[in-house]
Amino acid sequence: MTPPTIGVLALQGDTAEHRDVLDGLGARTAKVLAPEHLEAVDALVVPGGESTTMGKLAVRYGLVEPLRARIAAGMPVLGTCAGMIMLSDRVLGGAADQTTVGGIDMTVRRNAFGRQSDSFETAVRLDGIGEDPFDAVFIRAPWVESVGTAVTVLGRLPAEEGPGRIVAVRQGGLMATSFHPELTGDARVHRLFVDIAKGLS
Amino acid sequence: MVNNASSTADNAVGTQRVKRGMAEQLKNGVIMDVVTPEQARIAEDAGAVAVMALERVPADIRKDGGVARMSDPDMIDGITSAVSIPVMAKARIGHFVEAQVLESLGVDFVDESEVLTPADEAHHIDKWAFTVPFVCGATNLGEALRRIAEGAAMIRSKGEAGTGNVVEATRHMRSLVSDIKRLGTLDAAELFGAAKELRAPHDLVAEVARAGRLPVPLFSAGGVATPADAALMRQLGAESVFVGSGIFKSGDPAKRADAIVQATLHYEDPSVIARVSRGLGDAMVGINVDELPEAERYAGRGW
Repeated sequence: MTPPTIGVLALQGDTAEHRDVLDGLGARTAKVLAPEHLEAVDALVVPGGESTTMGKLAVRYGLVEPLRARIAAGMPVLGTCAGMIMLSDRVLGGAADQTTVGGIDMTVRRNAFGRQSDSFETAVRLDGIGEDPFDAVFIRAPWVESVGTAVTVLGRLPAEEGPGRIVAVRQGGLMATSFHPELTGDARVHRLFVDIAKGLS
Repeated sequence: MVNNASSTADNAVGTQRVKRGMAEQLKNGVIMDVVTPEQARIAEDAGAVAVMALERVPADIRKDGGVARMSDPDMIDGITSAVSIPVMAKARIGHFVEAQVLESLGVDFVDESEVLTPADEAHHIDKWAFTVPFVCGATNLGEALRRIAEGAAMIRSKGEAGTGNVVEATRHMRSLVSDIKRLGTLDAAELFGAAKELRAPHDLVAEVARAGRLPVPLFSAGGVATPADAALMRQLGAESVFVGSGIFKSGDPAKRADAIVQATLHYEDPSVIARVSRGLGDAMVGINVDELPEAERYAGRGW
């Protein structure tokens, strides 16, 4: 079987870091900037960056409808931070004209933890990547306020009482994290996604 | 290295990873100087990834002369509440109290900037002492590594801000990139000599030699006035650009802002740069750098 080609949406943000992690896992990667690039990939990563900027550029380059069509047709997508916002069906705290692609039945709150001074790192336990907690970096990050029944929660922030905030989810081939798995050198989240792209998970 | 990372419960804020990670998120985006909430909204609408809030753009700082300082907190608050993208603000070189004030205002990034009048002739700010990340200017690799050693999470070229003339930024980018390449050709013994020449910590010099890049994002700033200028900086190795006076000192700021965003993204595609360069109206007039008296040159500020 030919290994899947995983595109990285390169409208803005830390695309190079995602490609480095995926290259390290032996995946083939490609830059996606236009609808025709999308046709050449089997799966897609939507990186971190500024979701408002990314949304505006996606509209300008005619990528929103082709992305929605590919997602509807089952293309696996991993969205991190801004990418999580792009994959969410509903956004709170966004710009008035915030554009998302949608696909995951969830409500996400943008900049939920505050400004950059409130950005942080912490260890999070995630389903599907083994026992060891993942060192997660949250930068002006969103959190998930609520999810529909089709969505599996993969991880929550540790909390003093009750369930912590949802920070990682999966719905079929779509996966999203509030944090930046591309920044820590731990490839387990990407490995899970590559397995999803190969149809192994 | 020592830093100000502090923990509440199990959450660590202000760590090197959190600061550098913020800088990584701004890559491939354009950071625009704005002086009013209205300009900030124009910048956000055009697809700016962040705005730099200041009272006067560099072109006006040059014209007005006198001591240039941190902006009025009211002015920064006005811009912060006008947009949802990150807001940066400038502190004078070495003026750590201005930086403390900016951090307390909740700005997302502090630019320790030579565009303002330096407050300390020997020391830059100890940036490890802050939770907020810093960007600093550099004209060459030694300067960049000294700033990183002090805790900068992003480096930008200095250029000659407020001139609309990209020649200095080109010089800085070429110098930085060629010095980085040269380090990759040196053996372990030679790297000790290079660290001495560069007046930079050996561990950082060795890290750059190994990775072939700075450990933090490298942006370009200073004199970028056209889409082609932005693309030039990117082709020279900048991961993105700051645009100061170039947008709001031009004939049609909204259109020019949009054009520079597109050229920054499609910097390798001349047909896109050509398309967005059409009918932009007047660019800022610009100043020839070699006609500037030494005292009015910003790039030489900082050490």
